[in-house]
Amino acid sequence: MIKITIDHKPIEVEKGTTVLKAAQQAGIHIPTLCYMHLEDLNIEHKPGGCRICVVEVKGRKNLAPACATECLDGMEINTHTIRVLNARKTVMELILSDHPTDCLVCAKSGNCDLQSMAHQLGIRKIHFEGEQSTYREDTSPSIIRDMDKCIMCRRCETMCNNFQTVGALSAVNRGFMAVVAPAFEQNLDHSVCTYCGQCVAVCPTGALTEVDHTNSVIRALADPTKTVIVQTAPAVRAALGEEFGLEAGTLVTGKLVSALRQLGFDYVFDTDWAADLTIMEEGTELLDRLARHLNGDKTVALPILTSCCPAWVKFFEHQFPDMIDIPSSARSPQQMFGAIAKTYFADKIKVDRKNLVVVSIMPCLAKKYECSREELGHDGNPDVDFSISTRELANLIKQSNIDFTALPDQDFDNPLGESTGAAVIFGTTGGVIEAAVRTAYELHTKKKLPKIDFHELRGLDGIRQATIDFDGLPINIGIAHGLGNARKLLEDIKAGKSKFHAIEIMACPGGCIGGGGQPLHHGNSKVIKARHEAIYKEDALKPIRKSHENPYITKIYEEFLGKPMSEKSHHLLHTIYFDRSKKNVIISDEHQAD
Amino acid sequence: MSSIKIQLKQSQIDKIAEICKQFNNDEGELINVLHKTQHTFGYLPAEVQEVIARELKIPVAKVYGVVTFYSFFSMLPKGKNPISICMGTACYVRGAEKVLDELKKELNIKVGETTPDGKFSLSCLRCVGACGLAPVLMIGEKTYGRVSPEGIKDILKEYENQ
Repeated sequence: MIKITIDHKPIEVEKGTTVLKAAQQAGIHIPTLCYMHLEDLNIEHKPGGCRICVVEVKGRKNLAPACATECLDGMEINTHTIRVLNARKTVMELILSDHPTDCLVCAKSGNCDLQSMAHQLGIRKIHFEGEQSTYREDTSPSIIRDMDKCIMCRRCETMCNNFQTVGALSAVNRGFMAVVAPAFEQNLDHSVCTYCGQCVAVCPTGALTEVDHTNSVIRALADPTKTVIVQTAPAVRAALGEEFGLEAGTLVTGKLVSALRQLGFDYVFDTDWAADLTIMEEGTELLDRLARHLNGDKTVALPILTSCCPAWVKFFEHQFPDMIDIPSSARSPQQMFGAIAKTYFADKIKVDRKNLVVVSIMPCLAKKYECSREELGHDGNPDVDFSISTRELANLIKQSNIDFTALPDQDFDNPLGESTGAAVIFGTTGGVIEAAVRTAYELHTKKKLPKIDFHELRGLDGIRQATIDFDGLPINIGIAHGLGNARKLLEDIKAGKSKFHAIEIMACPGGCIGGGGQPLHHGNSKVIKARHEAIYKEDALKPIRKSHENPYITKIYEEFLGKPMSEKSHHLLHTIYFDRSKKNVIISDEHQAD
Repeated sequence: MSSIKIQLKQSQIDKIAEICKQFNNDEGELINVLHKTQHTFGYLPAEVQEVIARELKIPVAKVYGVVTFYSFFSMLPKGKNPISICMGTACYVRGAEKVLDELKKELNIKVGETTPDGKFSLSCLRCVGACGLAPVLMIGEKTYGRVSPEGIKDILKEYENQ
């Protein structure tokens, strides 16, 4: 332990503590901008770049960045002397001097760390005038890059490179023209980007935002020739409340249904129903592959990998193209829902698929991209028309003058709205595989599960593993969230070192609850933890907790699909993957930078 | 950064791989690999950077980030006589910018470009360590000191038949 004083308060801190952390221990909140620490996920980003967190250290000539300065014994630190306050304001004004001032119409307005910091520091005038750096705007199926608003905090780069190991973004150029960009400053669309949206989730400004489909949804709802149905992902109900001032981890399932009905959707359905369907298909595929593998069939690849996460799918298509036969061929729940809605359900209500608009509410930005994949549609008509994020839904509810917190609880419509606890936990890391185990165990052993909760599969560690006893047959299960963690498991498989039979992978930290489309956590990872716990709470409250016991799932197999992995299932509920590694980043004239 | 599109021959790809191997395919050696590759090829087009990224197992965005950070690296082929003008403090205050403007006018190219006949290319650098001779410019290995806008025509004339 070492002794220091901060703002005349003597405290003791552990060796290696930064001034920023020491100050927090003393109850002093030093302002930061580029710094980010997602404690529960073990991600710390401290480039010391913005200099907003400077403090005065006695005996030192220059001001020190608190985030990147280690405490030394006897240090005397002052966090709000006139010199510090002036420096902070000057730094802020310099940053703002090269930032557009269109806050009123910026997508990030009200949610922008730069804006809040300018407010907190009491900036009333920018004393520096001059040229501003400008860049070409880049729109992809999921993410918009407006780099005029980039302040080079480089949080996105940390998420993309260190956490996700995707490597789509890097700081390029220098000085005034320095910016974060894909290779050769091409569009994201031409890069290895997976659209996981973690860059958007941590961007402090409006430089990285989602492609907004809210208006398309409003137009569809207003069109009398269209039947508009909605599905909502499990992670949304555990986070939407935050946008209306409710505490993180508040479940708002019933209010969510009420709000969607009030918005004018003709049917309010649940992606969870399709998650139960996914388990039937994926669980059957797992058992099938396992049986063939155990019988010595060398052509069967194990482990089987989950395929619910579209960012993960795009990741392996780019980075592990020689392994595209390992993931389950099952479509994601969003796309299973779309396929069933536009066939089975459209027939039921006698509406042509072209007049049936399927909207999804997702915690995810990659889901927007997934909707645009050609193979996930029929004759150019996508199975899911529009995917909007949890944040976009919150805006839509606010625009429609709905008092969300005062709404009564309502239930989903049927037949695509009934779901089990197994489907709810799809929203968090470890949930999909737990749901699969609950079903696969009973299908394989033909016995009732002795216990439904698999605590050994839960948690927030980046990589987890457990062995589940399938009545004498030990099944080794791996779980990874974050694509960097997924990469480690994949490298093991490639090297022939993997002992797993099945692996669940989710691209985002915490799984979908930490998705790129969720309410912004502003660096507070406690929020993700609270959502994680909420998901398991919802599961425990469900009367049915195993996918194969969902009566509407049984019904659709009887009425329509036959059995899991049937020809019809294959056609509607399974998909194919592509080798995207060859789609090299080659400069074309139109994308050439100046 | 401006660039041109090229198609690498297998022998060139092998050569880049060989350079990477000389540095043990270590990502920490990226700058050295880029130096050596640029020395061999004259410049670092996108396709070359992709091979380097693949060999060193790093994202091509990172390679491009480094290439665009250091002014020494170029994604365009240099002219037969590469002109570098010093924009360091000493040269700058003694009129380097006016010299640069004159060069741009005479050659009708911008900084970072090459004349259509491939004879000259123009780039800026920071301090060649000859501040006493400011403003300084270099053409190839040859250094010219105390240059003035008026003297540019004569200097370029030396290269008329080269």
